[in-house]
Amino acid sequence: MSKIHVTTVVNGDEVEFLADPRETLLDCLRDHLGLTGSKEGCGTGDCGACSVTVDGVLISSCLMLGVEAQGKKIETIEGMANGEELHPLQRKFIEHAALQCGFCTPGILVAAKALLEKNPDPTETEVRYWLAGNLCRCTGYDKIIRAVMDAASEMRGAA
Amino acid sequence: MDFHTPSSFEDASKLAAEATGLTRFLAGGTDVLVQMRSGTVLPDNLIDLKHIPGAQDITRTPDGGWRIGIAVSGARLGDHAELVADWPGVVEGMELVGSTQVQGRATLVGNLCNGSPAADSVPGLVAAQASVEITGLTGVRTVPVEDIPAGPGKTTLQPGDVISGILLPPRGENGGDAYQRFTPRTEMDIAVAGCAISLRVDGDTITEARVAVGAVAPTVRLVPDAADALIGSTLDDAAIDALVVAVRAACNPIDDKRGTAEFRTDVAGVLAKRVAQIAYGRAKGEAQ
Repeated sequence: MSKIHVTTVVNGDEVEFLADPRETLLDCLRDHLGLTGSKEGCGTGDCGACSVTVDGVLISSCLMLGVEAQGKKIETIEGMANGEELHPLQRKFIEHAALQCGFCTPGILVAAKALLEKNPDPTETEVRYWLAGNLCRCTGYDKIIRAVMDAASEMRGAA
Repeated sequence: MDFHTPSSFEDASKLAAEATGLTRFLAGGTDVLVQMRSGTVLPDNLIDLKHIPGAQDITRTPDGGWRIGIAVSGARLGDHAELVADWPGVVEGMELVGSTQVQGRATLVGNLCNGSPAADSVPGLVAAQASVEITGLTGVRTVPVEDIPAGPGKTTLQPGDVISGILLPPRGENGGDAYQRFTPRTEMDIAVAGCAISLRVDGDTITEARVAVGAVAPTVRLVPDAADALIGSTLDDAAIDALVVAVRAACNPIDDKRGTAEFRTDVAGVLAKRVAQIAYGRAKGEAQ
């Protein structure tokens, strides 16, 4: 079993790692690159806690192999805030208390950011469908949806 | 496990035929990685097809149909306005597979080759008379989509066979297609029953139709009797009644935790009626 050398761009920085071809992108982010913001809830693409974007497309990083990341551009939760300045979605999640234990939060923030980049003015129904693959066992979702809608509104106003 | 990235389907076919141990092709990976994770499938060889030229492309064929690359994700299908305009039923079937995240990776060919009787994208392809191009050891051949599934988790593909493209026929004038499924939840669920219909009209009269059902038999099934019930009609009540009877007669479902055989059969008929109305409206150019 030989490891494969992978070069990829994560949150704007070129990185490299040696991956066992069986390791998922999530394994590689967490174990080789120390980026532990993406969480493993289920490992089978059901919960969305490991959401990242690859070349701008929202995916579950547990459903992609690390070796497939060669030459791609990956964005994770670690790239969302600008230094100490939180992204509007992150700020609104705090304001609306849209999290309790926080395990699902990085995945939901990454997924919501991907939605607002594609559709800056989503309806509540569109937000609920887009985030249907992000499971939260604490909040009951309403506060999450309100936070996303409020962030979308603020981001449109600021544009 | 050895990881291969062939640059042609011929090489992929040869690799698969010559490999020892368990071999899997990788495109979107949304089934293969789950199987690897659960330990049900631990491949010795994984052949990534995404680097093969054309694998990521959606292109018009010279006859006015479409060729869809084997690694095109559901998200990319949904973003392709021209393809959606031609074959909305095919695209809406694929878009029901999994979450937004899964849509970023999952492919039509993967959904087909996974062999689930409940695969949401397959009835739409069958109704549309789609075919797959297969690259095998003896060359390239084209096979109707309905001939690929052989039973739950099984396909008719032979060792060394690799699907190298999906082909949709030209939509032509006055055509429409649609797919619906029943699930207890609105999202993130597997079909209890599904139905796709593609048809063509001349004025108010249906001149061509194909009806396919999913999750109500060991494979997705084409139902010629149901199509015959529609052809020549104006989708009047008698035609709909005959459609529903023919669809229910073609059902041979299992009882499981998602629904009883009796319920699945009943719902397949209800879906056929609704889907026929949507496809008919689309064929007549009414916005739906």
